[in-house]
Amino acid sequence: MVLVEQSLNGLQFGLLLFLLAAGLTLVFGIMDFVNLAHGSLYMMGAYFAATFTAWTGSFILGVLLALGATLLLGIALEFVALRHLYGRDHLDQVLATFGLILFFNDAVRLIWGPAGLALPLPAWLTVPVQIIPGVYYPAYRLSIIIVALAVAALLYVVVMRTRIGMLIRAGASNREMIGALGINIKLLFTLVFGLGAALAGLAGLMQAPILTVQIGMGENILILAFVIIVIGGIGSIRGAFLAAIFVGMIDTLGRAFLPDLLRMVLSSAAASTAAPALSSMLIYLLMAIVLVVRPEGLFPAAKR
Amino acid sequence: MKLQINTSNVVVALVAAGLVVLPLYSQLTGNIFILTLFTRIIIFALAAASLNLIMGYGGMMSFGHAAYLGIGGYAVGILAHEGIGSGFIQWPVALAVSALYALVIGALSLRTRGVYFIMITLAFAQMAYYIASGMSRYGGDDGLTIYKRSSFGGLIDLSNRVQFYYLCLGCLFGGIYLIWRIINSRFGLVVQGIRSNEQRMQAIGYHANRYRLVCFVISGTICGLAGALLANNTDFISPAGMYWTRSGELMVMVVFGGMGSLFGPVIGTIFFLLLEELLSQFTEYWALIMGPLLLLIVLFARGGIMGLLGRFNRG
Amino acid sequence: MADPLLRVENLVRRFGGILATDNLSLDVIPGELHAIIGPNGAGKTTLISQLTGQLMPNSGTIVFGGRDVTGLPSYERSRLGLARSFQITSLLPNFTAADNVALAAQAHDGHSFRFWGNARKEKPLRAAAQAALTRVGLGARADVPVSELSHGEQRELELAVALATKPQLLLLDEPMAGLGVTESARMVALLKELRKEVTIVLVEHDMEAVFALADRITVLVYGRVIASGDPDAIRHNDEVKRAYLGDQHVVVAHG
Repeated sequence: MVLVEQSLNGLQFGLLLFLLAAGLTLVFGIMDFVNLAHGSLYMMGAYFAATFTAWTGSFILGVLLALGATLLLGIALEFVALRHLYGRDHLDQVLATFGLILFFNDAVRLIWGPAGLALPLPAWLTVPVQIIPGVYYPAYRLSIIIVALAVAALLYVVVMRTRIGMLIRAGASNREMIGALGINIKLLFTLVFGLGAALAGLAGLMQAPILTVQIGMGENILILAFVIIVIGGIGSIRGAFLAAIFVGMIDTLGRAFLPDLLRMVLSSAAASTAAPALSSMLIYLLMAIVLVVRPEGLFPAAKR
Repeated sequence: MKLQINTSNVVVALVAAGLVVLPLYSQLTGNIFILTLFTRIIIFALAAASLNLIMGYGGMMSFGHAAYLGIGGYAVGILAHEGIGSGFIQWPVALAVSALYALVIGALSLRTRGVYFIMITLAFAQMAYYIASGMSRYGGDDGLTIYKRSSFGGLIDLSNRVQFYYLCLGCLFGGIYLIWRIINSRFGLVVQGIRSNEQRMQAIGYHANRYRLVCFVISGTICGLAGALLANNTDFISPAGMYWTRSGELMVMVVFGGMGSLFGPVIGTIFFLLLEELLSQFTEYWALIMGPLLLLIVLFARGGIMGLLGRFNRG
Repeated sequence: MADPLLRVENLVRRFGGILATDNLSLDVIPGELHAIIGPNGAGKTTLISQLTGQLMPNSGTIVFGGRDVTGLPSYERSRLGLARSFQITSLLPNFTAADNVALAAQAHDGHSFRFWGNARKEKPLRAAAQAALTRVGLGARADVPVSELSHGEQRELELAVALATKPQLLLLDEPMAGLGVTESARMVALLKELRKEVTIVLVEHDMEAVFALADRITVLVYGRVIASGDPDAIRHNDEVKRAYLGDQHVVVAHG
């Protein structure tokens, strides 16, 4: 059943996109800060994981260390550079974090070299698992789905049910209020940024064994995360979740089935030319349609 | 406009004069490299000037301007590949396709504001990048070599370095003159008014988005011209040239020079590309320095070089 | 009685659970100065914004000059002759006073898709701007950037901008807000002049000014019209007195 497998792939990709988009909206929602370097943190998560796994010889240990390292890197980045950009023009933020992307890409090239790295999986994660009778699915991809769903659930609980989450939501809708509550905003911002960084790093390191770890890997996916935020609705985590799954599905299924579908209406040669371009366009077409029909996104956050 | 003698005007006049006599210097010293370098700089300055029209005067932060460089370039490249070598066909097509793309993308993107506008222009430019990568007939990812530059009959020979340089310089000066006329025209005042206070402009009777969109299209068309020039300059066009970092670099050039200053983008482009050239001679990892430098400039030198010159003037 | 220039019928606007405009109906007769008063939070600015199209009502209709304008965006209403001044001064800060007014005149002089000629050198536009500026007493300040004008001058400029659109109906949202005594007196004198030429809807907190100027007054409380009539009737209306119990009660009584 190719359809089941591809749907699961789409779900898995969508969940990764969600981890990335969630961090982005969180940081944007609470700090009004656009962070292009979010994609760099995704890349760093993957590089850290590959490096630490090679050092320790253990995939699990490597992944945990990488997660911590990305968290620390995020906090350091916020502390050194980004906190000076809060309250500035969005254009300033875009340019400054664009500068950071340039920096990270070359720093990675300097440290790890221009060739990509591979993050090999331990044997127990490479076996196929029978999910329904007759349908096998790689254990690793399945575990990505489980981990990402668990993180999404955890995020939901943290944001909706805890005191920190309450502050985050309050901060997103009314920045002065948290100040009035006597909360240490600087600390809260640093924490949120660290959380966003860790989510990006997690997405990067989980993706790493499937694709190669390489320079610029964070950039394309960052743009997809932007698309998701636009489609999902501004400042809405729920919207980001649904839009991410949607985009993940469309992208994956489009790539898998569009060539065959096109072959039914076009000549084989024309179809194989048009299919790749069309499937990479699908998401942007979707975004265009959403913009025409509902410029504020499909699931806009409640009006303030 | 009354011309005043102040630091920024003197700098602008000197730079413009320098650009005009540069080929002479290159001929006398036999330094061909500087001519090639500055041809490239001038083309990018034209692209940056077009971006400045919407960023600096229109308040539209487009993060997708590299798409027009690509579209203008591919129009030339594809037509050349299909055996249509005349610039009289290639260039109008380049401009028309750029304008059309700007019209569609602008109409969609202008439904949003602020950060979302930045994100969406970025996303659509990335879409254009993927389309270019998918055109296997025209080289796909590997790009397309242009074996013969646009021909303009006996009018001008684009393969002649000096003639091509002056063509580019003419386009740059012409473009800046056009932008100067526009920003002082009825249309230009309306666009700047909308940037300053959209609600007010709506209340006195202006359909803000219609004016914004036309401004967006003009900007894209001028940038498409830069794309046609660039393709002729490199004899090559590839998706990499319209990658989103290129759009970011164009924004940086505008901001380096000073947003909303007529000649600022030219100064900014010269500064950015010379710095890039210098750094890359010094180290392979030039972005390691350029990146943090960008951060510092954003933090401490808003208003760019023209802003600094202005401050120097008053102080 | 003449046909109303502006007729508002059963207008409703909600913000979340709050009814900011509650089934509001209102007529404005050509040539009158119609004041709208009410305590803070009565929904006066919300009403003005719906009249000019910055805000869309949830239901109800707005008819202007015999034409249903309920669904029209603000730029089209402006073209029909509806002008407003903003409560919080809303000008183009980096433009000069003359530019601000000239842009308003330009908006009503055909389309602005003219890309070549220097708009600042167009004599008719500049003359119209200068006339409107002189009208409000800013004739000598034409070339001063808005950011360098005093608050009082900016309020006057707001008026000049509105006038330059050659309106049939002028909606003034607290033109006296933040003005000193002398400036207020000047504004009242100016409005007395203007009302001879153009129909005005005036939202104002300064009761003295309202009672000196208005032909008719409508009182809003919680988005509802609680009374409407000439100044005398309003002054003696019991419900109005009750709504205004407290400091403003005194003002109403002595006015």
